Amino acid sequence: MVKVYSTATCPYCHLAKQFLAENKIEFEDIDVSVNQQAAEEMIQKSQQMGVPVLDIDGTIVIGFDKAKIKQLLKI
Amino acid sequence: MIHDLIILGAGPAGITAAVYAARKRLNFMVVTRDIGGQAAISGDIENYTGYQFITGPDLAKKFADHLKQFSFPLKEGEAVNRVEKLADQIFKVITDQGEYMGKALIVATGKVPRPLLVPGEAEFKNRGVSYCATCDGPLFSGKTVAVVGGGNSALDAALSLTKIAKQVYLVNINPRFTGDPIMEEKIRATDNVVILNNSQTLKIIGDKFVTGIEIKTGKDTEVLPVQGVFVEAGLTPNSAFIDFVDKNKFGEIEVNCTTETSTPGVFAAGDVTTVPDKQIIIAAGEGSKAALRAFRYLAELK
Repeated sequence: MVKVYSTATCPYCHLAKQFLAENKIEFEDIDVSVNQQAAEEMIQKSQQMGVPVLDIDGTIVIGFDKAKIKQLLKI
Repeated sequence: MIHDLIILGAGPAGITAAVYAARKRLNFMVVTRDIGGQAAISGDIENYTGYQFITGPDLAKKFADHLKQFSFPLKEGEAVNRVEKLADQIFKVITDQGEYMGKALIVATGKVPRPLLVPGEAEFKNRGVSYCATCDGPLFSGKTVAVVGGGNSALDAALSLTKIAKQVYLVNINPRFTGDPIMEEKIRATDNVVILNNSQTLKIIGDKFVTGIEIKTGKDTEVLPVQGVFVEAGLTPNSAFIDFVDKNKFGEIEVNCTTETSTPGVFAAGDVTTVPDKQIIIAAGEGSKAALRAFRYLAELK
């Protein structure tokens, strides 16, 4: 299960989602700029306030860390 | 293995250099932290010939697609730590993950946001301190934030934050803004910005997250209670890893009109150089020039 906490205006979020889509990884896109509860959840999980944050089967990836994302998804 | 050419960076300059190098059939490689550079995090682009309108990420994607049609070693996600000049006109590139040798180099490593270098800044990065208002701004909905800077990027950040945050402090070290007057007028027309000119940022304070910013205006020191600090104090060239080429006082690598640096075999292109205007299309053009010049240099070596 992959969740992407993002905002519509964030270029790195866009790049991260594009990367997942290219690799045919299904994900839930959560816009934290409109969903305040999700924003709090993201801050709690990642202990920080930058987007994007990816939740890959419970492992938190902060930022568009391509190497770590690849490793976790085995792609 | 010694490559003919190593290209450092894959923004518009590095990518264009790579496309030209590939078409010249050079034995080259690219070492880069990311693909697209600053273009990938730009907003709307309306001055790249051929595109009346394209977003930064979309243009970067097109650059990347163009790059990836060629087959060559691409080391992505690697940061260059140091470049050394060895004997016999060979250069060694040392990254956080490996070492590579080349007969010529193109430095196209661009610029990065300039840090304030104040206490608390590094500690609270991404815990209230942000270098990308476009990215992180929406997380500060209804909160009080400070924007540090006085140029267009600071005014732009402050303006976008006025629509999100409850209150915005604009902390400018200079007596007046260096950004465009039209931006300043827009800022002054809002009702939730406090402009603090002649104000120096002393430190960023907090516990788990940012709780305030300490500033000094004239002789007075005060702490503004904020949950976010957006650093928009300009950009600095990413050139510290190379010490055998001439640079100007900002750290930009000196180049002549053919992209040659002070060291034969080392070429530089894009925002990391002294070329005056920093534009995507200029960076791309300089990248092509650097590859052509490197091709000629290599031909003359043999």
